[in-house]
Amino acid sequence: MVAAALAEAITYPAVGAELDIEHVSHAFDIDGAVLPVLEDVSLAIKPGEFVALLGPSGCGKSTLLRLVAGLEKPRSGVLREDDIRINGPHPSRVVVFQDPTLFPWRSVWDNVALGLEAQGILKSQRQRVDTAIDLVGLSAFRKAYPHQLSGGMAQRVALARALVNDPKVLILDEPLGKLDSLTRITMQAEIVSLWQRKGFTTLLVTHDAEEALFLANRVIVLSDRPARVKADVKVDRPYPRHRGDPYLADLRRQILGLLGLDATW
Amino acid sequence: MSTYSVSDASAAAGQAAAGVSPGWLEKLRSGGYGAGLATGAAWLAFGASCLYWEDLGDWSRTNGVAIGAFLIAALALLGTLGADFLGGAGVALRRRAPWLVALGSFLTLWEIATAKFGWLPLPFFPPPQAIVEVYTDDLPKLFNSVIASVKLQLGGYIIGAAIGFLTGVSIGWSQKVGYWVHPVLRFIGPLPATAWLPFAFFTFPSSWSASTFLIALATGFPVTVLTWSGVASVPNAYYDVARTLGAKPSFLVLKVAIPAALPHVFVGLFMGLGSSFAVLVVAEMIGVKAGLGWYLQWAQGWAAYANMYAALIVMSLLCSGAITVLFKTRDRLLVWQKGVVKW
Ligand SMILES: Nc1ncnc2c1ncn2[C@@H]1O[C@H](COP(=O)(O)OP(=O)(O)OP(=O)(O)O)[C@@H](O)[C@H]1O
Ligand SMILES: [Mg+2]
Repeated sequence: MVAAALAEAITYPAVGAELDIEHVSHAFDIDGAVLPVLEDVSLAIKPGEFVALLGPSGCGKSTLLRLVAGLEKPRSGVLREDDIRINGPHPSRVVVFQDPTLFPWRSVWDNVALGLEAQGILKSQRQRVDTAIDLVGLSAFRKAYPHQLSGGMAQRVALARALVNDPKVLILDEPLGKLDSLTRITMQAEIVSLWQRKGFTTLLVTHDAEEALFLANRVIVLSDRPARVKADVKVDRPYPRHRGDPYLADLRRQILGLLGLDATW
Repeated sequence: MSTYSVSDASAAAGQAAAGVSPGWLEKLRSGGYGAGLATGAAWLAFGASCLYWEDLGDWSRTNGVAIGAFLIAALALLGTLGADFLGGAGVALRRRAPWLVALGSFLTLWEIATAKFGWLPLPFFPPPQAIVEVYTDDLPKLFNSVIASVKLQLGGYIIGAAIGFLTGVSIGWSQKVGYWVHPVLRFIGPLPATAWLPFAFFTFPSSWSASTFLIALATGFPVTVLTWSGVASVPNAYYDVARTLGAKPSFLVLKVAIPAALPHVFVGLFMGLGSSFAVLVVAEMIGVKAGLGWYLQWAQGWAAYANMYAALIVMSLLCSGAITVLFKTRDRLLVWQKGVVKW
């Protein structure tokens, strides 16, 4: 019901963008030593695709997302959005970071309004903020400050702050990691229904193979640092999916095997 | 209702009992009126001490002070009985009652030790009525001094705070500006502003502009440094968030860096206020022939010690008032983060 309200309020039909990641390598300098983080990563992501990135902790998933967002430039290789080279951040590619990083001096409403305000379109689009807050179920907390929210609520505000911009590419860095399992399941369903309706391209980092399989068209399994693409698994299953689906369970076993876990699960 | 003091708790206990018998009677028994009664007693004692013994010296306001003390005693007693009907004022009165007791007792002792028995050497320790006499008889001069001080302080402080804030934001934001300003700041900043006094007084066209400069300098340094460190310590994640949402550099400065740095800025403003008070008083004593600093100097020169104490009391009220205003502003602006510096 809230989802329908959002569809009404956001009148711009957003179409997902195509993403091309071509031979991207990246490294960091730590105390003079070079730490390679990404090694020759290539991915072609079709418009509107839902891609999940799975990989061991510290392998470079967040780094890859930062490159796609344009917050950092790769040491080598090229990233393109709709055939245009990514040179810096752009509101068509919105990130939900691993930490909610809400601005503590802004109320929930003002935090969600951030993107519209930065782009100078807040005045005419205020109802989009309200709808986004409704969508994540925080209408009662519009005026609250971030220190008055729980961790999960803060993460939901961060999600609303991204969605309100109607992005072409939604970049999610473990956005549900801090939620309780109940809210998590609800939010997963919300993300799928939103993605289906809006058609944005989604790039999701998660630790949870089951979550990846429940949500994504494609699961990319990354190796240990420096990250390489280890496997590219198509999840050819209609939505809404069922968690007990034996096909998904099978894929899950495969993926966990790739991640180095024995198939005893 | 407030939950901070013991007297509140006892008041609440009294109120709880009020259902049984008349509230005031119950409270009288349980000692809930203790602080109020003690306040009345202390101020009665002060008034009585004024009248009971002969003054050692020739002070014209002794009777007036006594009447004032009795009035306060009467108000305290009335206030105690009526506190329940006074709402917020009643609660405030109750909370301050212990202090009123202490003040009344202190004044009684002071009165006896100075005006009545001369235990403290007299010209240096004037009795309360001598100070009251200053407020009634020398009011115009004192008032003009206050106006002069406030004007000078406000002008210098606002200029210094504004320049300090802008400088701090610039060096926090731009490495180029930082490259040039930082060494200058390192070199000049730690110098006490009063060290510039001789320079300022012969370089500036008037002693007033010289003092304004000094006060601005004393304010500007801490405000600059703290604004700068505030801006520099803004987590990069904030900028990342804003940039991915389409923020331009001006937005990053105005809507991210500055609000995030504001708690630091207020610490700087607070420190600047303290050091600028010191400069104000010195500048007034040495250069400007007006203001409370000058009044103090003048009073000391004429051995008018009562005037000196009177001016000191006014000065401390002004300074603490200024800080209160600053902190109220901060609490209003930073509702999201209360109590960085306690006052
Ligand atoms: N700004 C940086 N400077 C130096 N090293 C960095 C920086 N950012 C990340 N790294 C290093 O790069 C590696 C990959 O980090 P990244 O945050 O991409 O991991 P991740 O896959 O997202 O891990 P997790 O699942 O735990 O979030 C880590 O070893 C980290 O130490
Ligand atoms: Mg990460």
